[in-house]
Amino acid sequence: MELLAQQLITGIATGGIYACMALAVVMIYQAIHHLNFAQGEMAMFSTFVAWQMLAWGVPYWLVIPLTVVISFAGGVAIERLVIRPLGDAPVLSHIVVFIGLFAIINSLAGFIWDFTIKPFPSPFGEGSQFGGLISNHQIGMIAVTMTVLVMLFLFFQYTRVGLAMRAAAENPASARLVGIRVGWMIALGWGMAAAIGAIAGILIAPIVFLEPNMMLSILLYGFAGAVLGGLTSPTGAVFGGFMVGIIENLAGTYIPVIGGELKLPIALFLIVTVLVFKPTGLFGRTVVQRV
Amino acid sequence: MSMLLEVTGLHASYGDFRVLHGLDFSVEKGGISTLLGANGAGKTTTLRALCGMIKRSGTIRFDGNDISGKATEDIVRMGVAHVPEGRGTFTGLTTEENLQCGAMTRSSRAEIARDLEQAYHWFPRLRERRNQQAGTLSGGEQQMLAIARALMLRPRLMLLDEPSFGLAPLIVQEMFSILRKVNQEEQVSMLIVEQNAGVVLELADTAYVLETGDIVMSGTAAEIRDNETIRAAYLGY
Repeated sequence: MELLAQQLITGIATGGIYACMALAVVMIYQAIHHLNFAQGEMAMFSTFVAWQMLAWGVPYWLVIPLTVVISFAGGVAIERLVIRPLGDAPVLSHIVVFIGLFAIINSLAGFIWDFTIKPFPSPFGEGSQFGGLISNHQIGMIAVTMTVLVMLFLFFQYTRVGLAMRAAAENPASARLVGIRVGWMIALGWGMAAAIGAIAGILIAPIVFLEPNMMLSILLYGFAGAVLGGLTSPTGAVFGGFMVGIIENLAGTYIPVIGGELKLPIALFLIVTVLVFKPTGLFGRTVVQRV
Repeated sequence: MSMLLEVTGLHASYGDFRVLHGLDFSVEKGGISTLLGANGAGKTTTLRALCGMIKRSGTIRFDGNDISGKATEDIVRMGVAHVPEGRGTFTGLTTEENLQCGAMTRSSRAEIARDLEQAYHWFPRLRERRNQQAGTLSGGEQQMLAIARALMLRPRLMLLDEPSFGLAPLIVQEMFSILRKVNQEEQVSMLIVEQNAGVVLELADTAYVLETGDIVMSGTAAEIRDNETIRAAYLGY
């Protein structure tokens, strides 16, 4: 029983990270209708930036907001310099560019900080609560991801910029006709996705350790969450992320064949299953429209 | 009478294919002009060219400023509201969110709230549907929504692309009577593109007949309406 509770908590904690990555992917997908394969590498790079600042002795409480701001600016810059010039180029061009970004960011991180595995301190310190049932870091992960997700929901639902971003993603031509600067809304989406990724990276780094390939599997789980929830639904992506976290942990513990080694294929299995049986995902919508 | 919109030598093309061959037309301050013509005459293209949705050349003077080089968003911000072909509904947003989008360029929350009430006053059906996903509205309701959303901009000029398209005659009557009131009470000038010449000529003061990218006839709405030859040749009613 305690094992089950522990696995559920671990699932929810890592699920929150997957939910953040899934949300970042969906935000960009909504805006430009392409999957950003470099999302994980962007998050990894942000985490290295945070690590570097920590190494320079900047206090943790300052490192996190600084990293978020730097990542936001980085995301906007990538959109402006790389993605925007692509315009309406075909899908394959986008894929090639994303793979290129992936390789560039990955190598750049390796070049600057080398490929050795680095420990990354938790912002919430060591130790655990409830007789070892849940670690301080897990409590922090759950609290932070929940706060981020709720704040994003409020932002999109109740602010004018949030509404403008939703309008621009849904119907760019109409959005221009009401005076929304669609290009900047897309850039803003990239910035926000990068910032969310940075938070996810910092939270997961103490668990998976810091190295240039650390986000590879995390992003895959994030994709699985996004596909499970539906690529057209931010709420769905978040729900899907948590589900993937829980499924991954329970399957790894209770299905002997899977164990720790075969956890990753679960993500692929989920992606394929959802795409075959319910391509719109659990929450995705085929837009209802009367003509 | 001074002109709010003055267009001279408007050319536009899709790729290499030229669609408009130098149009001259205008809309008076507080007036309503209409562009009539059959399918493919270039009516929709004209409206798109006016607000920078396609490449164009020529002079487009809006309230004295040349807007022919400006981007769509900037033209909108000057007070030009375009009700596009197909209505341009944000189908995934609610009716009220659609209306809020219309006021995106304005800042005073109090004024926006007041205009929202005004929009619901013009179109009571939209109030009933305020929290409904806009994509599920009927065609007529979506057309009303498109017009109401354009009004949320507090426009000085409205460009309407076939507002009667696909609507029942009764709803068309209702909509045009609202447009007339908007024009008279709020002094919003309009440029209306229509195939349904009968209805729009009752409303407009100036009319232009467009045929394959050229204006072949122009005059007051009454002249065009009363000229048997034009009616038979171009308007088919």
